Amino acid sequence: MERQTTTGRVVRVMLLTLVGLFFLFPIFWVLLMSFQTNQDILRIPPSIFFEPTLGNYKALISGRLESTAGVLEIRFMNNLMNSVILAVSSVALSLLLGIPAAYAFARFKFRLGEDIAFTLLSFRFAPPLLVLLPLAIYFQQMGLIDTYIGLIWVYQLITLPLILWIVRGYFEDISEDIEHAYRLDGNGWFKTFLHIAIPLAKPGIAAATLLSFIFAWNNFVFALILASADKQPVTVGALAFVTASGIQYGQIAASIVLSVTPTLLLALYAQRYLVEGLSLGAVKG
Amino acid sequence: MSYLVLDKLKKRFKNEIVLDGASLDVERGETVVVFGPSGCGKTVLLRLIAGINEPDSGTVHIAGQEVTYLAPEHRDVGMAFQNFALYPHLSAFDNIASPLSARGVGRAEIERRVHEVAGLLKIDHVLHHLPKALSNGQKQRTSLGRALAGNPGVLLLDDPLRNVDAKLRYEMRLELPRVLKAFETTVIYVTQDYKEAMALGDRVAVLMGGGFRQVDRPAAIYKDPDGTDVARLFGDPTVNLVPGEIREGAVTALGARFPLAGRLADGACQVAIRPESITVTLDAASPGGAMPIDLGIGETTHAVPVELDAVTPLNVRAVMLLRTVDGRELLATCSEDEASRLPRGHGQGQAHIRAADLLLFDPGGRRLRPGERQ
Repeated sequence: MERQTTTGRVVRVMLLTLVGLFFLFPIFWVLLMSFQTNQDILRIPPSIFFEPTLGNYKALISGRLESTAGVLEIRFMNNLMNSVILAVSSVALSLLLGIPAAYAFARFKFRLGEDIAFTLLSFRFAPPLLVLLPLAIYFQQMGLIDTYIGLIWVYQLITLPLILWIVRGYFEDISEDIEHAYRLDGNGWFKTFLHIAIPLAKPGIAAATLLSFIFAWNNFVFALILASADKQPVTVGALAFVTASGIQYGQIAASIVLSVTPTLLLALYAQRYLVEGLSLGAVKG
Repeated sequence: MSYLVLDKLKKRFKNEIVLDGASLDVERGETVVVFGPSGCGKTVLLRLIAGINEPDSGTVHIAGQEVTYLAPEHRDVGMAFQNFALYPHLSAFDNIASPLSARGVGRAEIERRVHEVAGLLKIDHVLHHLPKALSNGQKQRTSLGRALAGNPGVLLLDDPLRNVDAKLRYEMRLELPRVLKAFETTVIYVTQDYKEAMALGDRVAVLMGGGFRQVDRPAAIYKDPDGTDVARLFGDPTVNLVPGEIREGAVTALGARFPLAGRLADGACQVAIRPESITVTLDAASPGGAMPIDLGIGETTHAVPVELDAVTPLNVRAVMLLRTVDGRELLATCSEDEASRLPRGHGQGQAHIRAADLLLFDPGGRRLRPGERQ
């Protein structure tokens, strides 16, 4: 690599800082807003100097929103819990179904295999609203509307294809000879899948898990139509902050901070798996 | 019945027939080198024995039991892959221990056996490393160790020295027979390098055109090949092939008449001459000519006038490119000592060819053996 001059390094750092600021500013601003009252937020010109308040968080956690128009019940913590339940269960179910399926698609050639795989991917093409109306009617009849199970089932449309296709690619990249060697050592195919294929596809599984978790967490329309207040995730629940007496920007900001935190933590944790190399240099090309 | 029996194995991929009735018997404890040009189906053959692929027809027997369609894990077969195929997430120790832990061997016994194998292969100092931290040679030994650790009935080695450097390859060529002897296992060794085949095999099986062309001891294959294709595969520089004609108990080639030891029907033939069967003397008129040579006592040689075109020293030997009067090129070898006395560049001389070393083939490339009934 070329040696950098001091000016070059300074310019580099400045540019990186600029880019970083550009992307991080909204998050930073939301974080500030979450500690401000509505009056502070709506003040013109805006200022980063204000008297911080924990009122927004207090309101969210206690579930009582006090405004000039009176007291409003909000179920933010309940919504947050719903988000966690829905996203975690959906991703877990998708992993359970998707990883073995991805392995099958990667390793075995069977009739209509490619067609089935593509059909699963095509679920991502369909506009959700097109599917939702008939789905709502079916769910009504089947008693699945407004249940966790029904929502988790529909969430598979988001998470399963993602996991299937990402993990399949990683399985295909594993040298078949590594698996053959393990079979020859005296292990059956299931042990080979468990002890060789899954550990080697871990970076892919981590990436797919993270992505599908984010997609499931951020889903809005499915839950809006198919769930009522007590099963709603935060994305839908945030609508409650648009009240008769105005939009509660402070609470919205605080709820964003609280609802982004789990995804952010997960991303930070999964990052080291994402960057880990796949074959780790055991196979000579 | 032999320990490993392959009977009329056939395998095709899409429209390409890879194996077309390959049969081979291997005795217990024997090392058979499967040798052939690239793409002749050597690796496919190993995969059929290992159970990674199934043949379209034909059978595989190991220790008297038919295993043709048995899963790999039930075959008592070990294999070292050409690309090593180490488990990247396990240390060298765990890689080698894998066949032992799969069989439920106790921890202490695993420890003992892995160290024993590693000691034999001289990798005990790197056992705690992950494969990515190993050199190519160490990876190769680890993969060999893993194949050996389970002490399998049949050991398959798929060109294990292909991906290691020349020095290591030479070392392993000397060392492998010792290691394999220590395990007394039946070995099928696949290679594209004829020197490796000669060095390691109790027998060499030449795989060509979907079947075994010739199976014999290394020296016999070199001295007594069944066809021109086999003759061409063994030897460096390659054998000289010239057209000849058989008439009245002698063969005429390169303008000289060589008497035949036995009877052969008259007609056209091909004559194979190994480069080391040719001794070159230079005419007195040429620079450096008339050098004395010792042809050995009692050997019949026949001189053919040639022009010496080039001399290529190869350390202990030198290869000479000769041109006969009618423009045919011949390769001959001599010791470096002799070569040092040859002139640089051209010279006229005689090529003395030992009649007893000639190999005769019919125009189709099949071996003609004097004395055999035609």
